Amino acid sequence: MKSVLLAILIAATGISQALADEPVEVHLKNHKFSPSTIKVKANKPSMILLYNDDDGADEFDSSSLKIERVVPGHNKANIRIRALAPGKYPFMGEFHAATAQGVVIAE
Amino acid sequence: MIAALIIVFREVIEAGLIVGIVLAATTGVPGRERAVAMGILAGVLGACLVAAFAGELAGLFQGSGQEVFNATILLLAVAMLTWHNVWMASHGRQMARELKAAGHQVKTGERTLAALSIVVGVAVLREGSEVVLFLYGIAAQGGTSAAGMIAGGGLGLAAGALVSGLMYAGLLKVPAGKLFQVTSGLITLLAAGMAAQAVIFLQNAGWLEFFTSTVWDTSWLLPDDGQGSLGLFGKMLHTLVGYTAAPNGAQLIAYGFTIVLILVLMRMVNASATTPRGKHA
Repeated sequence: MKSVLLAILIAATGISQALADEPVEVHLKNHKFSPSTIKVKANKPSMILLYNDDDGADEFDSSSLKIERVVPGHNKANIRIRALAPGKYPFMGEFHAATAQGVVIAE
Repeated sequence: MIAALIIVFREVIEAGLIVGIVLAATTGVPGRERAVAMGILAGVLGACLVAAFAGELAGLFQGSGQEVFNATILLLAVAMLTWHNVWMASHGRQMARELKAAGHQVKTGERTLAALSIVVGVAVLREGSEVVLFLYGIAAQGGTSAAGMIAGGGLGLAAGALVSGLMYAGLLKVPAGKLFQVTSGLITLLAAGMAAQAVIFLQNAGWLEFFTSTVWDTSWLLPDDGQGSLGLFGKMLHTLVGYTAAPNGAQLIAYGFTIVLILVLMRMVNASATTPRGKHA
């Protein structure tokens, strides 16, 4: 019985790991993303863990990714990226669009 | 200052267009100024609250609190817009009669005004919380730009209000007999666009993750990202009728479903309101 439960547990954690790769850590500092180019696997959901190291809030905004996400200053946000067809998906920090620019590349 | 102007302008337009439609849809209803003003006031207060607790809000629902909150208030607005249209379909004619005969005015207008007041509140809340966070961020950075920020924000507010006012004035040019038809059509599309947007927020929260692939992409023709004058026009169409440059399947389903639902409900209540009793076979 125990071994069955253990097997289920291992299988379940294995599946969840297969579904969710490690989130990509991105920092926003002085209104610039680093890294500003984020590579993800195409046709698979992924996750960006965005740390806003600035004092003020910013909005992770991308019309091609269909994401608008406000991140207050000194806060973090886990941003889900849907499964993407191969290609380039630009994003920006809407409150400081002059400098806060980046791109997600799905391949 | 320019940054403050552009951001505030963009957000004010998005909320202002919705206020304009609501004002046009309530033409001739007494007490509508008060209802709209209450909606705006509640929206501004709510925006400050949301901005103040943005971090806490985002932490709910496994870090998807912001998305769930946005989807919820959008769907609330969709429900209120639907209710308004259905209510107008059953009472509109009667109301138009009663508006001419003084006395019953306030009573008949009030119900649907409350619903539209909520819609205004939601629109202001959504766009306003971004403005508050943005302006607060600039203010927190340093004092030198504070004056420019206030000037920019003020100009953005004025310009956004002007564009919204122009659209409202344009709507009022519609002959009085057709105005209700036009506004109920606009409200139907507004609701459909909001429902489609709510679907996106739910998908970003990790729910409803089906039909997520893009069905078509017209961003080369008319982007909806609010960047540049063409993008701004696309964004205005996005707010008004739900234009999306690259919609996915679930968005289109939500858009179509909302339109069909509202039209069917309107037809049902209209039929039951106008068909004399006993005529049914």
